[in-house]
Amino acid sequence: MSARDLITQTKGWTQKQPWGLYASQVFVLVRNEVRRNLFTRRRLWVYLLVVIPVVILLLHNAFAQNTAEAFYIEADTRVLARIVQLYYVRLGIFFACMGIFTWLFRGEMVERTLHYQFLVPVRREVLVIGKFLAGTLISTLLFESAVLACFYLTYERFGVAGRSYIFDGPGLHQLGAYLLVTALACVGYGSVFLALSLLFKNPIVPGLVLMGWETIAPIFPAWAQRLSVTSYLRPLSAVTLPVEGRLAIFTVVTEPVPPVLAILGLLCFSVAVLVLCCLLINRTEITYTAE
Amino acid sequence: MTSANRQIVFDNVSKFYGEVLGVNRVSFSLDQGITSLVGPNGSGKTTLMNLVTGLIKPTRGSIHVLGLTTRQPVELFRQVGYCTQFDSFPPGSTGYDFIFWPLRLHGFGREQAARLTAEALERAGMTQVARRKVAGYSKGMRQRIRLAQAIAHHPPVLVLDEPLNGLDPIARAEAIALFESLAKQGMHVIISSHILEEVDRISDRVVLMSSGYVVAEGQIREVRKEVRDHPMQILVSCSNAARLASAAFEQNHVVEARILNDSRGVLIRTRDPEQFYLLLNKIVCSGLIEVDAVAPADDDVNSIYQYLIGSNGGPT
Repeated sequence: MSARDLITQTKGWTQKQPWGLYASQVFVLVRNEVRRNLFTRRRLWVYLLVVIPVVILLLHNAFAQNTAEAFYIEADTRVLARIVQLYYVRLGIFFACMGIFTWLFRGEMVERTLHYQFLVPVRREVLVIGKFLAGTLISTLLFESAVLACFYLTYERFGVAGRSYIFDGPGLHQLGAYLLVTALACVGYGSVFLALSLLFKNPIVPGLVLMGWETIAPIFPAWAQRLSVTSYLRPLSAVTLPVEGRLAIFTVVTEPVPPVLAILGLLCFSVAVLVLCCLLINRTEITYTAE
Repeated sequence: MTSANRQIVFDNVSKFYGEVLGVNRVSFSLDQGITSLVGPNGSGKTTLMNLVTGLIKPTRGSIHVLGLTTRQPVELFRQVGYCTQFDSFPPGSTGYDFIFWPLRLHGFGREQAARLTAEALERAGMTQVARRKVAGYSKGMRQRIRLAQAIAHHPPVLVLDEPLNGLDPIARAEAIALFESLAKQGMHVIISSHILEEVDRISDRVVLMSSGYVVAEGQIREVRKEVRDHPMQILVSCSNAARLASAAFEQNHVVEARILNDSRGVLIRTRDPEQFYLLLNKIVCSGLIEVDAVAPADDDVNSIYQYLIGSNGGPT
């Protein structure tokens, strides 16, 4: 078959099955982005954010054998909940998503390679979806692995009592909740940072503003809280942590939202932000000198 | 297929970067063959190329490439290959990856993409170094790998921004031969280059640009005829230069007849070359002189460029 026939044949199937083409394009985009963003020295600080609690738990397990009694399981469960809900979700995932998702487009502008993405027969909406999925895959993979490791290290040292807590007690349910919250945090923050990278040349400052908003959102009315990612994640927590600190007295306690609605709410929020990203990317021009 | 569907059409296109003019009120259409964009730095050549390929959007006007607009990327980029001037590559990619993965985005399967990649690498003379990282390539190799990527999917429209930059003389000759063969196959090849002699040799038509405006556009000789401020120069090599110069001076349209140092040639400057050629025929027929060669001395891109654009900014 000549090259010309090959091209005609491919053009034929892509016209007949546009969704098949989009799917294969998303696959290639995800593959390329994962290679570009996961296995790189630029992500060393993200790996560090991911492994810090794991290392601390490893050291704790090595040097605090005297606290490995069943009595301490509940206390360690609260520690694990704090690690996931306060460290990973509020800090680790937030900053990692800022680094990973803002770099998806802005990084290509800085490296002057975005035009290659714009010069192939790919709809820009598909480009947004491909890059977003790649970012989500990278961040989810890193943080879910870390959460799993933390969970294992927390209960492993209790031996039989730990295994009993996991398989006969609430352990598995809590693990499922942690993994779900982690994945949703990656989706939520990821979509927001992707949009910020398309809206601002330097998305770091708006990112920090976002962090401030996520911190003070609980003191605002319920409708305003819906504009923060953590408001959707809070009802999904398996272990409820008491509100502490100076902001506690201002916190507006909202009506508990069913977990399904919280999940759907966050997904709808992320889809809305991605639609905005699609609109923005369609207006994007290649003017590297202006970057 | 209508004529417009076989052309690249600029319809009153303007592009402003804020308050800075990119190009203004550009209107022309390009047929198959090689078209050269010529002009000084900042004249708008790259802007025009980026507009054709949708990397930037026009502030006013519209562009159609074979009947397609940049709002139809899936269809358009099957038809267009663009070798940009940006000397940057995806970090860590090899020459092979650089061509293979974009082909996969076109919808080609693994084997098909591999075949087209191998073919493009061979056409650009890059097969031997394809598995090396692009970061380790010389400037000429980077230029050729970009060219290979642009032609890999056999687009009917090829846009090349300074494609001869960084190439050694042999690679340059090979690239020019490739452009010519692509044009003969019926492709649209749009080239911007500052090597005017080479552009002149291969171009079917030129678009001369200055400060964002198209100064002249068309086949080189047609454009030259339009430049009436500068009389055309014709070099005649003959047996009796003085006799020819004397006969030429009697004509109103001849503004200068300069005998060359070897006394075997005359450089004529005339406002009406057709009339001069008739005169030359008469003189030759009368047997007064024997002509060895007649050649226009300034109907090339270089001269036209100098006449129309002058030395402002110098060529890019």
